[in-house]
Amino acid sequence: MLHIVNKSPLQRTTLESCLRVAAPGGAILLIEDAVYAATKGNEAEGKLRDALSRFKVYALVPDLEARGMGDRVMDGVSTVDYGGFVDLVAEHKNCQSWL
Amino acid sequence: MSEGTIKKFMFVNRTAPYGTIYALESLEVVLITAAFDQDVSLVFMDDGVFQLKKGQQTKGIENKNFSPTYRALDGYDIEKLYVEEEALAARGLTEDDLLVDVTVMSRAELGKLMDEMDVVLSY
Amino acid sequence: MASIEVNGKSYETDEEGYLVNLAEWNEEVGAYLAQTESVELTDQHWEVINFLRDYYNEFQIAPAVRVLTKAIGKKLGPEKGTSQYLYDLFPYGPAKQACKIAGLPKPTGCV
Repeated sequence: MLHIVNKSPLQRTTLESCLRVAAPGGAILLIEDAVYAATKGNEAEGKLRDALSRFKVYALVPDLEARGMGDRVMDGVSTVDYGGFVDLVAEHKNCQSWL
Repeated sequence: MSEGTIKKFMFVNRTAPYGTIYALESLEVVLITAAFDQDVSLVFMDDGVFQLKKGQQTKGIENKNFSPTYRALDGYDIEKLYVEEEALAARGLTEDDLLVDVTVMSRAELGKLMDEMDVVLSY
Repeated sequence: MASIEVNGKSYETDEEGYLVNLAEWNEEVGAYLAQTESVELTDQHWEVINFLRDYYNEFQIAPAVRVLTKAIGKKLGPEKGTSQYLYDLFPYGPAKQACKIAGLPKPTGCV
């Protein structure tokens, strides 16, 4: 399953909820304000790093660049453009948007 | 507001840019307030510190990049910009990552400053 | 949406005649917009118009009149940094009229 998260990890508990519930082996795509979770030095870094062993984690490049964070994505997180976003949705049998 | 009265206004910015409209709305209200010759302070705390991050490029999300406008505030005589020290640290940012000159302050100091205000607006 | 036509090309404007797409602006469009405002453009006008475009490119906003006056004084000399000078050039308000001719949006906070 593909989980899509769009809230900042330090403002909302959405990412935590997602990480608690998501079944291992799934994929997590971080978009909009959730891309901050994938950046080095953010307090949420540890939580996401733990999750990397259980999930494939992706972050959307246009949202990283808009926020001036394109150059500080943590290792282990893959970056995708809009085309990659579409591919991820198509590859997975279902998806959940954590609003 | 009676004529000639100068009040202390503080705008508290706590949200990241682009994900919601708050940051842009706050900036617009700040620019309007500047026309009334009030004593204006801006505070960037929590995710609000992201508003000042250097290097924002919004072409990909087809949004207006309003970050250059923070550099115009000086010309509007808005010179009191305060940034929460703990918020920067929690986000892996330092003062060098910010696109304008600011005063970095601890939460405790910000709280004291907030106490001195006549009007506090939160975004 | 309204539009204007200059040299056979159509440009979108808002209901008050401000150009919608800043990037479409060129000097012919500026001259046309000046005509609709009954402003006869001189070098002094162009100086202010070009200043406004530079300001917008740098800060992504159209400046308030007070800010424009101060900035013009700094850049083009104190004798030009007065509202009198700017209102002589643009009688209906330097921010409002000059911004429109320069293809900028209406200044924030200007009603």
